Amino acid sequence: MTVTETVSSSDADAMIRLEGVSFSRGAQAIFSDIDLTVPRGKVTVVLGPSGTGKTTLLRLVGGQVRASRGRVLVDGVDVGKARRRALYALRRRMGVLFQNGALFTDLTVGENVAFPLHAHSRLDRELIDRIVLFKLEAVGLRAARDKYPAELSGGMARRAALARAMALDPALMLYDEPFAGQDPVSMGVLLRLIRRLNDALGLTSVVVTHDVKEAMSIADRVVVLAGGRIIGSGTPDEVLAQREGEPALAQFLDGAPDGPLTAGSESASMGEALGLEGRS
Amino acid sequence: MIAVIDLVARLGRMAIGGVRHAGSMGLFAVRLAWALFPTWTRPRDIVQQVYAAGVLSLVIILVAGGFVGLVLGLQGYNILNKFNANESLGVMVALSLVRELGPVVAALLFAGRAGSAITAEIALMKTTEQLAALEMMAVDPMRRVIGPRFWGALISVPLLASLFSMVGIIGGYLIGVVVLGVDPSSFWGQIAEQMDPWEDVGGGALKSLAFGAVIALIAVYEGYEAEPTASGMARATTQTVVLSSLAVLGLDFVMTAFMFGA
Repeated sequence: MTVTETVSSSDADAMIRLEGVSFSRGAQAIFSDIDLTVPRGKVTVVLGPSGTGKTTLLRLVGGQVRASRGRVLVDGVDVGKARRRALYALRRRMGVLFQNGALFTDLTVGENVAFPLHAHSRLDRELIDRIVLFKLEAVGLRAARDKYPAELSGGMARRAALARAMALDPALMLYDEPFAGQDPVSMGVLLRLIRRLNDALGLTSVVVTHDVKEAMSIADRVVVLAGGRIIGSGTPDEVLAQREGEPALAQFLDGAPDGPLTAGSESASMGEALGLEGRS
Repeated sequence: MIAVIDLVARLGRMAIGGVRHAGSMGLFAVRLAWALFPTWTRPRDIVQQVYAAGVLSLVIILVAGGFVGLVLGLQGYNILNKFNANESLGVMVALSLVRELGPVVAALLFAGRAGSAITAEIALMKTTEQLAALEMMAVDPMRRVIGPRFWGALISVPLLASLFSMVGIIGGYLIGVVVLGVDPSSFWGQIAEQMDPWEDVGGGALKSLAFGAVIALIAVYEGYEAEPTASGMARATTQTVVLSSLAVLGLDFVMTAFMFGA
């Protein structure tokens, strides 16, 4: 069964559209002919086992890598064809939360959040300081303003990076594995933040993760990737209903060890790997 | 027979790898060149890098320069004394330092002290996605991270080389004049008389400027293209020291042949 997009595909509703996108790294195909729409104003969660190119998907959207075939449209801009100026203009409206935060280690938390403001605005210092305080307040880190990233816990660093990603009031937020390595409490905090920020600021959010249950709880829409294609998409309930016809989807959602998905990329049998095959 | 073919294959692979490396560095240099002048819109970034690369290398450069000068004074005195020419000690020490040892040794020390640090810093920023974060904030890392570090190294090396030579000459003076009793007026007089400000001082400065450019390019390139892993970073730093040391020595020969050759 192939899953087709169910959401209206008119451009006005779509923040991101992938049309027939293929991408390969070396000889290895990561995506083949993917179609995907991310509606405006919603939280879209991209699920999938590790190594299926979820992060690559975000890079395609951010224009860090280019599709080998197909088009990636973000807010109407063809990212693959955009020149640098247009791409940078688009990125100013995009916030990215990197997997480990990617805070600048030689700057304090406050300076990190102020960085994009200094880079892209001519506001005076006092005003920027005030904006930084607001942003930090929004993620509950006002007290950590003068700390260095090395002094923060993993969850705090993630939230500080979130404040930085939101510094320029982006229209689109991309989250790359925001829950990886978080304890249940800070994961809950992050989940609530993602949802609240999205609704309060009218953002469009894309969350890439493999934490099925948690992500489903805040998702308006879910896309499940595996083996370079989309094996399920729709609202969380719709995706849960699609598992019947798609054993890979059912296996992923249930976390079952056996099924069409393999944890590594085991192609040769153990005997072959040991050089025993065909000897006896 | 197989061993021979294997050897040829390995040599070929090395050659292809070398050409590919050079090509990718060339492409990188072109991208960097576009960012070099826009970097000056933020002079503070460059000043910071001159401090990190240059000022923090002062101790090793000054101490090394002093010792090299002391040794030159001692060795030079022993040789020149055989020919009753020890009043030429000053000019011998000064010429050796200004033409050769200053630019070359300062550059080698700089590559080990600061070049490796530049590579490691950029590679770490890449590994921790800080460079990608800049890209996604619509800030060009070439202008913000790579450019200032390139300028920092380029500006620091000639200054450090001239300080190295100065301290070296003082070292030669201490040994020659103060310890061994060479006449001070002939020590300084011969330097003033026989050294050509354009050919000798200018040539030395040109050399160290070229060395600075080569080290700066290699250091930022290796960092930027480092494999984003712990071992990749280690390899990149080593590569910077090895490549830039060899490049400095090779380039020194070529430039010497052109400038001071027959």
